[in-house]
Amino acid sequence: MLKSPKPQQQPNSDDGFEAPTPLTTQGTETQFQLIWRAFKAHKLAMISLAVLSLLYLVAIFAEFLAPNDPYAVNARYTYAPPQELHFIDHDETGGWSIRPHVLGYKVEVDPIALRRTYVMDESTKYYIHFLPETHEVNMWGLFPTKRHLFDVDGRREVLFLLGTDRLGRDVLSRLIYGARVTLSIGLAGILLSLVLGVIIGGVSGFYGGWIDNLIQRVIEFIRSIPPIPLWMGFSAALPRDWTPLQNYFVITVILSLVGWTELARVVRSRFLSLKSEDYIAAAKLDGVSDSRIIVRHMLPAFTSHIIATATLAIPGMILAESSLSFIGLGLQSPVISWGVLLQEGQNLRALADAPWLLWPGAAIVITILAMNFLGDGMRDAADPYGSND
Amino acid sequence: MQLIRMAQMIEVTTMPETHPKKVLEVRDLSIGFSMQDRVVEVVKKISFDVNQGEILCVVGESGSGKSVTARALMRIARPGKILNGSIRLYDDAGRCVDITELDEQSEDMRAVRGDRIGMVFQEPMSSLSPVHTIGEQIIETILLHRNMTAGKARQEAIEALRRVQIPDPETAIDKYSFELSGGMRQRAMIAMALSCEPEILIADEPTTALDVTTQAEILRLIKRLQSELGMSVIFITHDMGVVAEVADRVAVMYHGEITEIGTVEQIFHKPAAKYTRHLIGASSRFTITGDQDRGGTLPRDGAKKMLEVRNLNLTFRKSTGILFRKVTEFNALKDVSFSLAEGENLGIVGESGSGKTTLVRALVGLLKTDSGTAMYQSDDGREFDLLQPNALRNAGLNREIRMVFQDPFSSLNPRMTVEQVIAEPLVMERKHSRSDIRKRVANLLDRVGLPSNVLSRYPHAFSGGQRQRISIARALAVNPRMIIADEATSALDGSIRSQILDLLFDLQSELGLSYMFVGHDLGVVRYFCDRIAVMHNGSLVEIGDAASVCQRPERDYTKQLIGAVPGTDPSNRRLILT
Repeated sequence: MLKSPKPQQQPNSDDGFEAPTPLTTQGTETQFQLIWRAFKAHKLAMISLAVLSLLYLVAIFAEFLAPNDPYAVNARYTYAPPQELHFIDHDETGGWSIRPHVLGYKVEVDPIALRRTYVMDESTKYYIHFLPETHEVNMWGLFPTKRHLFDVDGRREVLFLLGTDRLGRDVLSRLIYGARVTLSIGLAGILLSLVLGVIIGGVSGFYGGWIDNLIQRVIEFIRSIPPIPLWMGFSAALPRDWTPLQNYFVITVILSLVGWTELARVVRSRFLSLKSEDYIAAAKLDGVSDSRIIVRHMLPAFTSHIIATATLAIPGMILAESSLSFIGLGLQSPVISWGVLLQEGQNLRALADAPWLLWPGAAIVITILAMNFLGDGMRDAADPYGSND
Repeated sequence: MQLIRMAQMIEVTTMPETHPKKVLEVRDLSIGFSMQDRVVEVVKKISFDVNQGEILCVVGESGSGKSVTARALMRIARPGKILNGSIRLYDDAGRCVDITELDEQSEDMRAVRGDRIGMVFQEPMSSLSPVHTIGEQIIETILLHRNMTAGKARQEAIEALRRVQIPDPETAIDKYSFELSGGMRQRAMIAMALSCEPEILIADEPTTALDVTTQAEILRLIKRLQSELGMSVIFITHDMGVVAEVADRVAVMYHGEITEIGTVEQIFHKPAAKYTRHLIGASSRFTITGDQDRGGTLPRDGAKKMLEVRNLNLTFRKSTGILFRKVTEFNALKDVSFSLAEGENLGIVGESGSGKTTLVRALVGLLKTDSGTAMYQSDDGREFDLLQPNALRNAGLNREIRMVFQDPFSSLNPRMTVEQVIAEPLVMERKHSRSDIRKRVANLLDRVGLPSNVLSRYPHAFSGGQRQRISIARALAVNPRMIIADEATSALDGSIRSQILDLLFDLQSELGLSYMFVGHDLGVVRYFCDRIAVMHNGSLVEIGDAASVCQRPERDYTKQLIGAVPGTDPSNRRLILT
């Protein structure tokens, strides 16, 4: 028998005194929207994002953007200095118009030292055209095209905005092509590291016990090996007759074999801290399987952290590729990467006579700074539910 | 000399208070926080006075602006900014300083802080530095404000510790904060705040993080020190019971405004504002006196047993060292036995560390037990031992036994919408269509008193009480028979707490639920439960009818626990005898 239920005391009609809702938002924003809002407030990271987007666009459309064929050798113009870009064109009558152009080179040979020096020839002007048809390239290896963003006209006119190297090849064009390899090797390497790191770190953090112990000791071992000798060892083992493409992949694999350890540790620590959250316990009590808990409840909680860590790890990859190539163990000519280009600047004469060969170094610095700022911004924005300060 | 000063002060306070002397005068104080595009005003033009030798309680629920106000008095409200108004601090001679006009970093302000106004915070662990001994921290404060040698300061510090009744202050002074219990830490904090004998002590929820028995001790201590030193205390709390025990005057805050201010008798016996009545109404229900039954539908006579727990033991083991393993053991549960009948509400009370949460977590299989049985009669009459590994999952009992967690902020996945959170157990059953699930979730939301247009919102958009409603909706999604509420209302403010408890009662009447209700607040447990089990150090020391456990406790520990519960009437104080 039911005892008579008491009359309901004070039903929810008195709700007018509910404590104020903590946020002023609609509350329907997804995690991504909240992260994006926090990220947008980070000025330096936004600038870096723009810089990096530009760099990657350049890398993607390298064939279209590069004014010259990066492999074209010009015996007449070895170590030619950068041409200055002029916008205002004065004609003989004193009038002027806006027509971008560069000046031609005049070669003078020092009679004693027999050194060739280039001086700008004020009388020859090479006008820059937009979307001209010049040398033929194979766009993305898919279709041939002769269109380029800009170039000078005619066979005898040359355009070396960043100068040329020892064989008279255009540094700007090589820099643009080099971005493709250098920037993608960072991404590919990090992708592979990410897969290894998430799986190994996840196993380590989720199961714990002796597996965790073993994995952590292996990570410590790998991290204790000095990286450059390790890479050298790997690279030395590469067969000499491999194609540049094969080499590229092998270098990526070598870099990620070391790079995954950092990510694995981040993933493991996130797993450890999430395991004790009440909502994970609640999911277990909802009857959710282990795999669904990991995929549905845990992974989304730290994807943003992983992306931030990965972004911060890309510069390491790029630097590693550059240093490997620089010491001659990574990618080799004819592959063009910024590290390979820097190799050109290895001898003293280059540094003294052709400092423009160091432009790839500047490109590396800019890329890495931008990557780091971007990663910092993402890391700060990664937890939109954390403290608001 | 100090004694003389104290004696003088006592004399002053014992004089008939015809004209209470004002020590602090706050006028039209507004405080705001700058958001990206605007300033949000959290304290709106409040005015109040603090008289010498009184305890002014500022009471309000979370978000009412009471802590920000306290911090503004010390000028440590950053990132909050004082928008306008004045805070005048008067000294004995009647001279005054306007604190709002001082620079936060200035010498003058630092002289006010600590020397004239002391402050005690809610969380004693995080407000004491872990890398300095408590003695060093107190001595530092003394040396900053008073001109004396280090040796003399140490003597003063020991005196200060003795004053707050820390046993053996000569040894305690060289301890680190983590070596002390929560209550001792809070005492050390008070000693530090009082080391320079300030005129005003601001106590910001000083007992909220403490167990009820420790809370009673700290309240007595503050009251005693206040009358001994003749200082004024601004006591900030959300607990009307604490107000009834310590306050001389009360200011009620709601949404950044003071809705009512008056003597404690006025506030409790003749409240003028509707909100004050609401607060008092909510708290007066959680009284432990009286023989009345709980609210809601009571269990049937002779209801059959649903859960029978026998001799449950659980030990936490922690192994340290790689080469030489050392295992330290901690007996979290010792021979715990009890039973639960259909439709019954069983309360489990105890202080923190008594094993009550461990007990319920073990029952739902989140922790592994050493020995014992927990036989559960399922709906269809079958019997299962809940302590077998994965018992809930294997037998499908996770539909019948559901849990509501304590922390409304960590128990909902912040990356899932309300709909996804509530639907998760339904999705796992794999037999409902999407539209069915959506309909059911909308239904559940309506049932727990939330509008169904919140389906696509994320948990961060809700207040604590609303989140707890969502948790309850998740628990109800699969038609359970038994709900384990682990401190489900502890993180909520008083009036919201009673709304949630009423909701649980309604659901019980409607769905025939049984509850296991874990709590540390005896008043709440008494209000909600038929029977109460008292836990202490991992053992169940007493179990019985709620009324008889509260009225006629058998064990000393239960008596202690009951003696520490604050009353609800300022003219009939339980803790502080005047």
